[in-house]
Amino acid sequence: MTILSAFDIGLVVLILGIGASTIAAREAFTAVIGFVVYGLLLSIAWVRLSAVDVALTEAAIGGGMTGMLILGAVARLRLAKGTDTRASLPVRFAAGGLCALVAAGLAIAILSPPEAIPTLAPMVMENLAQSGLGNPVAGVLFVYRALDTLLEKVVLILALLGVWSLAPDSVWGGIPGLRVYAQPSSTLTFLAQLLPPVGIVVAIYMCWVGAKEPGGAFQGGTVLAAMWLLVMIAGLKNVPSISQPWLRLLLVVGPVIFLAIGLAGMVLANAFLDYPSGYAKPLIIAVEVALTLSIGVALGLLAAGPPERVQQQ
Amino acid sequence: MNAATLFGLCGAALVGFGLYGLVTNPEPLRKILAFNLLGSGVFLVFGVVSRRAAASGLGGDPVPQAMVITAIVVAFAATAMAIALVLRLLQETGRSTLNADNSGGTNTDRGNS
Repeated sequence: MTILSAFDIGLVVLILGIGASTIAAREAFTAVIGFVVYGLLLSIAWVRLSAVDVALTEAAIGGGMTGMLILGAVARLRLAKGTDTRASLPVRFAAGGLCALVAAGLAIAILSPPEAIPTLAPMVMENLAQSGLGNPVAGVLFVYRALDTLLEKVVLILALLGVWSLAPDSVWGGIPGLRVYAQPSSTLTFLAQLLPPVGIVVAIYMCWVGAKEPGGAFQGGTVLAAMWLLVMIAGLKNVPSISQPWLRLLLVVGPVIFLAIGLAGMVLANAFLDYPSGYAKPLIIAVEVALTLSIGVALGLLAAGPPERVQQQ
Repeated sequence: MNAATLFGLCGAALVGFGLYGLVTNPEPLRKILAFNLLGSGVFLVFGVVSRRAAASGLGGDPVPQAMVITAIVVAFAATAMAIALVLRLLQETGRSTLNADNSGGTNTDRGNS
């Protein structure tokens, strides 16, 4: 057994143990902390599968952002009344048995490889040079499956609209109910002053390097959102009301530019979301920069939740 | 057994854990958490299954990787929506349970009207 395979086995044991603990934990708080650790461990697993782009996204969004979102909800639900009745023991046994069957079925599917393995990887590599991109994943996201990427941004905005729509009528267009812990000269304030400059540089770097190396608009946008949330939670910057025009402009600028370039492709190139030859890379970089901003704002606002206060005049 | 198969089996087990939590845990928030566990297990299985096709001198197949990235972002959007719904339920009824026959449903019709 080599060191690497021992590492893999240890990693899998850790992932399964912490994953199980998020299900088994009695306290919701314990479960969420477990979930964040689980997200980070899972991203190491993705690195081991040489999917660094996925690892970055999993660590940033799967672990960090989701963890923060659920943690905020746990803090509020402490006030909740009403006890849930746990499922009875026979029901839990039956459910456990059936879930084990599902897992076993998947395991069998993994252990029995198919005869012919379908893959698009050779085609991706063959035509990647034309787009001027060095990162095949970015190539898939912005060239071959650009429509998926565009629609995904629309999904983010739709989810945000859904979250906003849950606000009562009286506070529509108000300020999101993000908890602010404004204590001057605390560690939080210090970190909120220290980290954002570094974080913003990291976000810009990730967005820029995404064309060649692992990274890109999603990962950069998440880092931007995290920095924004940190500054707002520390009370250094006010949470903006959702009716601010600049906020809404930032939200849509990415998808709108993406769509505009896509539509221009119908005239200048041959198809919707096609890039004119020779201009692919600059156009993709422009789309990525705009998307990074939009993703950052959308993720930040999704984490901030529906409006809860009316804006002070 | 190579590393990819090991992580694939790990993903299969995670799907089982997540499904179990989703079915048996009564709290909505824990159900959301379990659903995320289930989702990440599915991503891992998908990533491993498609990685067998790793060709052209790449470590992995870029097409499924791009799909998993999209999926993670969409899962986050769905989670945010689900949590907003749970918090709204709390705001409206003062409770956070999916148990319909639990008392306290007298003021549920105080909606957005």
